Amino acid sequence: MTQRSPVLRVIDLQVSYYTEAGRALALDHASLELYPGEKLGMVGESGCGKSTMALAMMRMIKPPGRIEGGQVFVGDTELTALSEEQMRKARLSLISYIPQGAMNSLNPVLRIETQMRDAIKEHKPEMGDAEVQERIYGALESVELRRSVARMYPHELSGGMKQRVCIAIGISLSPKVIIADEPTSALDVVTQRQVMETLDRVQKQIGSAVILIGHDMGLMAQFVDKVAVMYAGKFTEISPVRDMFTDPMHPYARALIESLPTLDNKGVFKGIPGLAPSLIRRPGGCAFHPRCTHVMEVCKTVTPTLERLPNGRLVSCHLYDHEGSPVSAGLKTTG
Amino acid sequence: MTQTAAVELQRDARQTRYEHPSRWTLTVRYLRRNKSLVLGLAIVIGLTLFTVVGSLTIDTERRAYPLAVKPKQPPSAEYPLGTDFFGRDMLAVMVRGIWQTAVIGLIAGAIGTGVGVILGFLSAYYGGAVDTVIRAITEVLLPIPAFLILVIIAGSIDRRSVTIYTMAVIVSLLAWMGPTRIMRAQVLTLKERMFINVARLSGMSNLEIVFKEILPNMLPFILASFVSGVFAGIFASFGLSVLGLGPLREPLIGNTIWFAQQQAAFFNGWWWWPLWPSLALVLIFVSLTLINVGLDELANPRVRRTE
Amino acid sequence: MRLGYLVRRIVFLLAVVWVAATIVFFIPRLSARNPIRERFAEIARSTGFAPKDLDQIIAAYEVKFGLDKPLLEQYVEYMGGVIRGDLGPSLTRYPKTVLELIFSALPWTIVLLMLTTLIAFALGNLLGALASWPRSPRFVKGLMAPLMMLQAVPAYLLGLLLIFFIAFRLKLLPMGGAYSQGVTPSLTLEFILDAARHQVLPAISLILASLGFWALGMRGMGITIQGEDYVNFAEHKGLHPRTIFTQYYVRNALLPQVTGLALAFGSVIVSGVLVEQLYGLPGLGGLLGDAILKNDYFIIYGITLFVILSIAILMFLVDLVYPLLDPRIRYESR
Repeated sequence: MTQRSPVLRVIDLQVSYYTEAGRALALDHASLELYPGEKLGMVGESGCGKSTMALAMMRMIKPPGRIEGGQVFVGDTELTALSEEQMRKARLSLISYIPQGAMNSLNPVLRIETQMRDAIKEHKPEMGDAEVQERIYGALESVELRRSVARMYPHELSGGMKQRVCIAIGISLSPKVIIADEPTSALDVVTQRQVMETLDRVQKQIGSAVILIGHDMGLMAQFVDKVAVMYAGKFTEISPVRDMFTDPMHPYARALIESLPTLDNKGVFKGIPGLAPSLIRRPGGCAFHPRCTHVMEVCKTVTPTLERLPNGRLVSCHLYDHEGSPVSAGLKTTG
Repeated sequence: MTQTAAVELQRDARQTRYEHPSRWTLTVRYLRRNKSLVLGLAIVIGLTLFTVVGSLTIDTERRAYPLAVKPKQPPSAEYPLGTDFFGRDMLAVMVRGIWQTAVIGLIAGAIGTGVGVILGFLSAYYGGAVDTVIRAITEVLLPIPAFLILVIIAGSIDRRSVTIYTMAVIVSLLAWMGPTRIMRAQVLTLKERMFINVARLSGMSNLEIVFKEILPNMLPFILASFVSGVFAGIFASFGLSVLGLGPLREPLIGNTIWFAQQQAAFFNGWWWWPLWPSLALVLIFVSLTLINVGLDELANPRVRRTE
Repeated sequence: MRLGYLVRRIVFLLAVVWVAATIVFFIPRLSARNPIRERFAEIARSTGFAPKDLDQIIAAYEVKFGLDKPLLEQYVEYMGGVIRGDLGPSLTRYPKTVLELIFSALPWTIVLLMLTTLIAFALGNLLGALASWPRSPRFVKGLMAPLMMLQAVPAYLLGLLLIFFIAFRLKLLPMGGAYSQGVTPSLTLEFILDAARHQVLPAISLILASLGFWALGMRGMGITIQGEDYVNFAEHKGLHPRTIFTQYYVRNALLPQVTGLALAFGSVIVSGVLVEQLYGLPGLGGLLGDAILKNDYFIIYGITLFVILSIAILMFLVDLVYPLLDPRIRYESR
């Protein structure tokens, strides 16, 4: 791999929610790196922190949540150090967010083109009207929507079309990083494929890095380059997609892969025993240890850190030494 | 008693105290948070005391009516609230007037809510034709300003035979539409909830379901509706009286103001005549609204602020 | 515009008017004593006729006013008159018709009501929107409670208190009337200013009484809208807070408020009528109060019918305007 600088760097991001029941640690020293053009899939159970991560990167965490530490860099810009006003300008232009469930994300009383125009004009006031209009049409065409959609109102569009409009908005300013938060979870399979193909295509056109958040592993397998598995606010493993599916290292990641139904074991459901931990009363040490099949004594007291292994993979687990070799004899690679 | 047994008893007692604060403590704690309700109730209680103490100490039978005392006197030691053009002691007028206004409100509230509950319930529970008919009537009558109809009704009746009770009935005639709508909506939501089906499956008769399951859950809304009804009743009767359509002989607050206006009280400098009734009525309306807001919070846990 | 929608609204409008007219017709005639008849008797008596001639006079009046015909026939004639816009003659100011009197009083009422409703609606909704917007200054949110209290009190009472404190005590503004005594109405600047001065307190009474209603409603809507995804996405788009406030927040929250406007007409007019009575303004309220004093039933019924009709028409107009504001209704397919 040639020496490029990462377009996205998240370093030790720490986010907590202060609720009546106590302080919930939603993101615990989360770190991440993305290179231009790379596609990362972020998976994990509900409540593991995926959306929080996305919101934190956009600096859209609202009280009672708070970003308590860490940095986010897009290119050379440190997002976490920007003022409110500067961050506002950075949104959509530097890093954009495509929301989950676009059903309601479009303003019902404005035409599509108006909602696209206000965003473009806000970030690029110097652009002439004709140019703005061209950009709108261009974005719509990229997501395979007819130009006539621009004059329509949201309620006239189907779910898939609305999602694509949101994608169009998300790419309209050619940002360096695009975060797509479960863009297809509310759609049927056929539309899902359409939307994912669209995302793929526009990403290649613009060359931005994409973070795809979701819990559909199958979708991940088809689309992303790397997969990051999150658990209780921490990244447990970040590996290239092939490796993740054929040889997952972290026990949680492995359990996830193993729980995927295949054509051979139809009807056999394998879950992960136990429940996701409460973020307020976290287990000591590694957050996964109560449910881990390979738990060791050290796991109960010492929190593992995300380490970069020589093969480029990142794992946060006591089972592996710095070379990536399993420490415990009982660990076998999956077939 | 052995040592251990005593210790056990003590521990039990402490636990019980911790786990089950008495109902009284819970109520007080809640009231402290729901300031609106408390304030409203406080004002109402204050007014009630005023009325009760007043009627016991003053001869309102005589002094609240014309030619009882020297007319047109400003407030003084002898007449704390002054007297009006017709020779009525304003203090007595207030004592009696507040009471009468309240009575009208209570009657109107009761009738309006009662009819509303029955109609709303019938409409929602039995559905079908009954529902359509009741709904149609309610919807068409709603935009018609009830007040104007009341004006006509009140105007068509022999003025001399109007008493506060007739007024109350008149005002109630058009007070049932709002509560009917609300009650109907409530019963509809409740009807769909699981526990009704459970009750039905467990063999409860329809009537039992109504009284044991549905009505208790509607209680907060019925209460809120009642308070609104009282408010609307007083509002309507005030409007009518202030136009001169009330039972003019009685010292109803609206009547008093009407008389004052007719005699150009402010122009003549008798400022105390319309002032006390106005202030009293403002207090009544404000307190009822506060109670309503408080009840709203009680009934709607979403609105309720957390402890 | 969808034809079905339009037709339904018109039918509803007609139904309301018909029911109202019927009620107005029948109620007086239901009472054991016929108030109209009694009124005739009063008029007859006041003209000094001997008692035995009284019955003849009353009979003559009845024929003149068509009250001797059978009830059903009267009803048909009455409805016919309503459709034509003929509300009959006035009893006390004969030969002036009720309609004439209403029309001469109307301008005052329209000016007052339109002005106050617009101001209260605009100001109230603005305050409500600001109160629910997280970035607003704190004092706006503090205004909600006093506004709610004000709203509980009928405009009439507020007016009375205003008269007491501002007109009587402080003598800043006139206590009542539409213009100062001895001044003749004309289109001079002087007159207009004088009349305007007299409208200030009535207007303030009406505005204060309804501000709370709009503000609270808007605030409630605002809180709901704030949680909506599109407001969130607007922030994700990096839009300026003011743009989000006006285009995404207020524009959506205002829609249900407009519907509320239609429903509020009834109470606005009623409050207006009462306030006019209080200040002795020569609008519909003054006319009504006068008619009640003098037992001029035709005027009373006429005004009632007229007001109901106006409310129904206004509601209908709002129904027509609403689709223009909400594109979802505009293109609603059945």
